[in-house]
Amino acid sequence: MARKTHVQATINGEQTEFLCQPHESLSEVLRNELDMTGTKEGCTTGDCGACSVLLDGRLVCGCLVLAVEADGSEITTIEGMATGQQLHPLQQKFLEHAALQCGICTPGFLVAAKALLEHNPDPSEHEVRYWLSGNLCRCTGYDKIIAAVLDAAQTMGGDAR
Amino acid sequence: MTDSNGSDRKFKWVGTRPIRHDGVDKVTGRAHYGADFDLPGMLHAHVLRSPHAHARIRRIDASKALALEGVKAVITSDDIPELPLDEASGPTNFSDLSRNVLARDKVLYHGHAVAAVAATSTRIAQEALSLIEVDYEPLPHVLDIRAAMAPGAPILHDHMRTKGLKEAPDEPSNIASKMELTRGDVDQALAEADFVIEREFETATVHQGYIEPHACVAQTNEDGQTTVWASSQGHFMIRAYSARLLRLDISQIKVIPMEIGGGFGGKTTVYLEPLAIVLSRKTGRPVKAVMTREEVFRATGPAPATLINVKFGANRDGKIVAAKCELFYEAGAFPGSPVAAGAMCILAPFDLDHFTIEGYDVVLNKPKTAAYRAPGAPPAAFAAETVIDEIARELEIDPLDLRRNNAVSKGSQAAYGPKFSDIGLIETLDALRKHPHYEAPLGENQGRGCAVGFWFNAGMQSSAEVKLNEDGTAVVVEGCPDIGGSRASLAIMAAEELGIDVYKVRPVVADTEAVGINDNTGGSRVTFATGMAVIEASQDVVRQCCERAANIWDIDAKDVIWQDGCAVATGDGAKKLDEEGKLPSMPIAEIAAGAARTGGPITGKASLNARGAGPAFAVHLVDVEVDRETGKVDIVRYTTVQDAGRAIHPSYVEGQMQGGAAQGIGWALNEEYVYDADGVLANPGFLDYRMPVALDLPMIDTVVVEVPNPRHPYGVRGVGEVPIVPPIPAIANAIHDATGVRMRKLPMSPPNLLAELTRAGRA
Amino acid sequence: MATVILPARFSDWTGGVEHVDVDARDVRQLIRALDERFPGLGEKLRDGVAIAIDGEIINDPLLEPVEPDSEVHFLPPISGG
Repeated sequence: MARKTHVQATINGEQTEFLCQPHESLSEVLRNELDMTGTKEGCTTGDCGACSVLLDGRLVCGCLVLAVEADGSEITTIEGMATGQQLHPLQQKFLEHAALQCGICTPGFLVAAKALLEHNPDPSEHEVRYWLSGNLCRCTGYDKIIAAVLDAAQTMGGDAR
Repeated sequence: MTDSNGSDRKFKWVGTRPIRHDGVDKVTGRAHYGADFDLPGMLHAHVLRSPHAHARIRRIDASKALALEGVKAVITSDDIPELPLDEASGPTNFSDLSRNVLARDKVLYHGHAVAAVAATSTRIAQEALSLIEVDYEPLPHVLDIRAAMAPGAPILHDHMRTKGLKEAPDEPSNIASKMELTRGDVDQALAEADFVIEREFETATVHQGYIEPHACVAQTNEDGQTTVWASSQGHFMIRAYSARLLRLDISQIKVIPMEIGGGFGGKTTVYLEPLAIVLSRKTGRPVKAVMTREEVFRATGPAPATLINVKFGANRDGKIVAAKCELFYEAGAFPGSPVAAGAMCILAPFDLDHFTIEGYDVVLNKPKTAAYRAPGAPPAAFAAETVIDEIARELEIDPLDLRRNNAVSKGSQAAYGPKFSDIGLIETLDALRKHPHYEAPLGENQGRGCAVGFWFNAGMQSSAEVKLNEDGTAVVVEGCPDIGGSRASLAIMAAEELGIDVYKVRPVVADTEAVGINDNTGGSRVTFATGMAVIEASQDVVRQCCERAANIWDIDAKDVIWQDGCAVATGDGAKKLDEEGKLPSMPIAEIAAGAARTGGPITGKASLNARGAGPAFAVHLVDVEVDRETGKVDIVRYTTVQDAGRAIHPSYVEGQMQGGAAQGIGWALNEEYVYDADGVLANPGFLDYRMPVALDLPMIDTVVVEVPNPRHPYGVRGVGEVPIVPPIPAIANAIHDATGVRMRKLPMSPPNLLAELTRAGRA
Repeated sequence: MATVILPARFSDWTGGVEHVDVDARDVRQLIRALDERFPGLGEKLRDGVAIAIDGEIINDPLLEPVEPDSEVHFLPPISGG
């Protein structure tokens, strides 16, 4: 067994550290070392987006990032989306629009949508679909997910104004 | 004492859209799915899988693997009981299931499980797999259904003799069974028809595509009690199947349902659970088993590839007079494709006096197929509904009118036998006719197509308890994993009966020791059957509350009714209370608070085998745009119309309609298993097994029609499965409308469509 | 007398007879009566069938009542996905 590496990162705003082996992905470490199982694994080859996290503000598949690469970075996961007892508007809209059925893809979609709205606060339906094409959903046909994201964009944009 | 089907009832919660009770857990990542659970000292299990499509197992030597530091156990079929070949319960053959879970004597497909290892880490377990030496004697394999049925084909099971033939054969065959449905004199009727259309169809193997791979954790105590944490479509099924396969008492196994990340029928059976249980027994430690995505594709049950021939006879007046159908379905390595259901569905929407339907279940060296949303029906609809469209064109009759003229309705004899009670086929056709999509203009290279779908919907067993808390709030305990928002619908039904706020009801999916037996979440049955159990259990609570109120008031129980969450005195009882100057109304909270004094806790329960599941019809309309240079088909507009009986939570009914449509679109346009000549799957991942992404689909319009099912207290019909049935033929018909080309093979992917367009000179 | 419609897959036992009139109060009696008429059929009907009584499908029925004018169909059990 290879020697473990000590990694320090800021996860959801908190200074965190962990030990990991060189071959371990960020998703594996989040889930197995840090007990943060909100990030899901659907394929481990970067094709489904269930493991979407933000790495230094950039949307990535956690399964395609080696945990050692995260040293010194800022990571945002689904666990960091709500603020205290307050759900993020995207989370709230997903619930109102029934944008989830089994819910396994939901954390990935929420993180990806958060990244979208930070990048483009007023996307068109087409832009939302394009951005979210890296996230697979097999239950919903995407309709209510897109509706929820567009509605959240309105709400969040409205607040800013 | 509710109104039958609730037609004249004013609902307070049914038909509303409350936020689902498990929603916050799911949007925060807090909800635990199968792979999200760990225990101290846990080992990791991995499975060794066959590199051959067909081979005899001569010897397995696990000594080197066992010698590896960190490996705690290796199991093979020697470690599980050998079941007699005919051990079956209904459609489930347990000997076959056992041999699929772990191969015995022979491997029958590439990826077939041969051994399993438990080790202290995933890495070590995977390394151990490479150290297990298996001596195989490769055998000729067969991957094509026509070849599998031909004389001289490599035989998978020497003991297999085709069932259902007039004379029982004594030669082994790969045709497991034949079934037949007949009515009238089809040859005569075809001969007399104005014209006859005969067509052949071919569809490819597809997977349910659930995003969550199979996962479980098993732990066995020193006293032999096993606990399994698993995501599945039925924890009672996991318990029953594991007990049967391992010859354990059912009471020795407890299964705790984790949240499930999609199933669509693919998780109504066992793969890893018996292995994890045996490994936990052998090692004395908890064992976690999780499939990789590749394993899910290579070794779990997909939906079968099919060959379907149909011959329809019709008259110029628009009446379809006869039909002959032959369905050949690939069962994979063991018998049990859904060919019978396909055969029963293929003519279900049509009122016919003359038909013959034959269905053949054929084994070959591919993974054992499993259920996939309305199993058997989508390929059958592809065949029938495409030919119906051809007939409509030939007769120059509007396709919806043609279907309407031949539609089954109440009292029609279904093609599969019984007479239909109230059904909504005509209502859905009429609703689509009125929809603006039907008359909307089409652009260049665009075409429009429609198709009808049918599914029986299941009843089966459900148990529920409704427990009244001391303050009049309630807990609903049921046992069907929540795959799509059923907790919300069940809470709605309880709230409706109890007369309390839906947020004062907590729905719980309980483990196998905490609630009565529940059959699987599947078959579009939960809102119907578990809903029925929840309603009955709630009514039991209401009855008890009325009795308690009557006792407190010292009046006759027959004078107490339930209204808006209160016991209300009527008749002589009300008079007496009036004389005493007492309020004739007692809210549930007050009754609950006094329960200890008036007889003890108030708990309602119901366990039932639900009868009277209402069949569902749906009709879909799709506009496509075809790129003639590449063969790419874009879905431009999509409308689904479906009879839901009664939509308990409309958002989740719509969700089923949209999700089923999306799966049908993927099945139609792109999904297929690609095998090489050695029987190795070439596309075992989401990159090359390409399912629809957000950019592939438009918003999907949903129109919910309600023709209440007379046999459910609220009129509920199952909604989950029928939406996957119409998309394939609707899209095929739309492609024809756009290009003049008829696709009869799936998928209608760009290279396949381009080839057809080129052949027809329309590229 | 309830009318029972037997599918072709039982032709090994029924010799191709499809419509049978049976006097029975419930499914169990019905199956017994069919077994008397077609020896061996009873076992096939008892395990793993669904029955439609007057259009309503029930899985694993045994004690379901059968009316004097009921129409009973034997179907393969369809559990769905």
